Amino acid sequence: MSAFKVLIVEDSPTMRQLIVFALKRIRGLQISEANDGVDGLKKLSAERFDLIFTDINMPIMDGLKLVSLVRNDPGYKDVPIVIITTEGANEDRERALALGANEYITKPIQTTKIMDAARRLLPLTV
Amino acid sequence: MAGIEDHHGGTNRAEEFLQIFKKGAEFTQDLLKENERLRFQILKLEEKERQEPGAPSDDATVRKLQEKIAALEEEKAQILDRIREVEEENLDFANRYVDIENENNMLANLYIASYQLHSTLDFNEVLQIILEIVINLIGAEQFGVMLLDEKTNSLRAVGSEGIERDELPVIELGEGVIGQMAKTGENYFVDDLEHYQKDLTNPMVCIPLKIKEHVIGVIVIYSLLEQKSRFAEVDYELFTLLAGHAATAIFSSKLYSESERKLTTIQGFIDLMTK
Repeated sequence: MSAFKVLIVEDSPTMRQLIVFALKRIRGLQISEANDGVDGLKKLSAERFDLIFTDINMPIMDGLKLVSLVRNDPGYKDVPIVIITTEGANEDRERALALGANEYITKPIQTTKIMDAARRLLPLTV
Repeated sequence: MAGIEDHHGGTNRAEEFLQIFKKGAEFTQDLLKENERLRFQILKLEEKERQEPGAPSDDATVRKLQEKIAALEEEKAQILDRIREVEEENLDFANRYVDIENENNMLANLYIASYQLHSTLDFNEVLQIILEIVINLIGAEQFGVMLLDEKTNSLRAVGSEGIERDELPVIELGEGVIGQMAKTGENYFVDDLEHYQKDLTNPMVCIPLKIKEHVIGVIVIYSLLEQKSRFAEVDYELFTLLAGHAATAIFSSKLYSESERKLTTIQGFIDLMTK
């Protein structure tokens, strides 16, 4: 069974734990965490990830900036990105998708939505 | 001459007649033989029928086949009924699976939340974790955490999100919805969430922070995130469970801070006296 690497970029430790706990229920995932956009970029440059979950509102570098930078990187232009945010307005969703995000999940966090997104975007065999 | 010819003609006719008669006799003999053969056949069949009374005739076969078809039809109906029952059972199992899965998810989230709440003894960190949980798990947009000052018997905001902490009123114990809930220890939810108008003294949700039956404060909610139009059934349960953990975490962190402060004071005295 192949192992897929997932990066979670989120400033709230509680929220990160909730996402990690949800994703751990899918077998074959290696999960890494980053505190904000800059930390996320560092981790992305150090190793290869197959899926990225990111919040929008974060200090230092927000999630939308991170999405646009990742999409402009030829090595990461096709890697799926899921945004998990409190911003529920349609224009926020459209903006994020226009920048290159693949999925847009709104809070409050729902475990099934996170798991479904990971299953849809990764070529999982189980 | 003519007499001789007549005599010859009569003889010929007699022979012809004799021939025809013979053929007729032979034909009759054949008929009799055939008749006898057929009678023998009938006798044989009658004998066989006597010996094997159960052997099916055409009517009996048809009747038997019809009976068999009826039995098979009945069996088919029973199988279809069973399939329907199994399908209903499957649907029931699928629904129960979804319910259990949701409950499992809720418990997992609750575990993470309580783990985070009890991971620190720093009051400000506990407060921050409470705010994160209320946003991320409950989906509240504007809310506050108020603690009861037992000296003045009043509730004062110690943390908020979406509104300034100073904006939140100081509430006397027993005063209005917030004061009443803090006094009785009961949860409060407005009846009509859709038409609720923000009022700082009258929140849409007020959940007492209780340690056993002792209320130490309340969480007051004034608005939910845009995408959350109503509370799910699990939210009510989640509120109460989280409020219990939040209260314990706040209480522990305050006790710890006080003991740390006392320890520092005592250490100061000791240092003063020994140096």
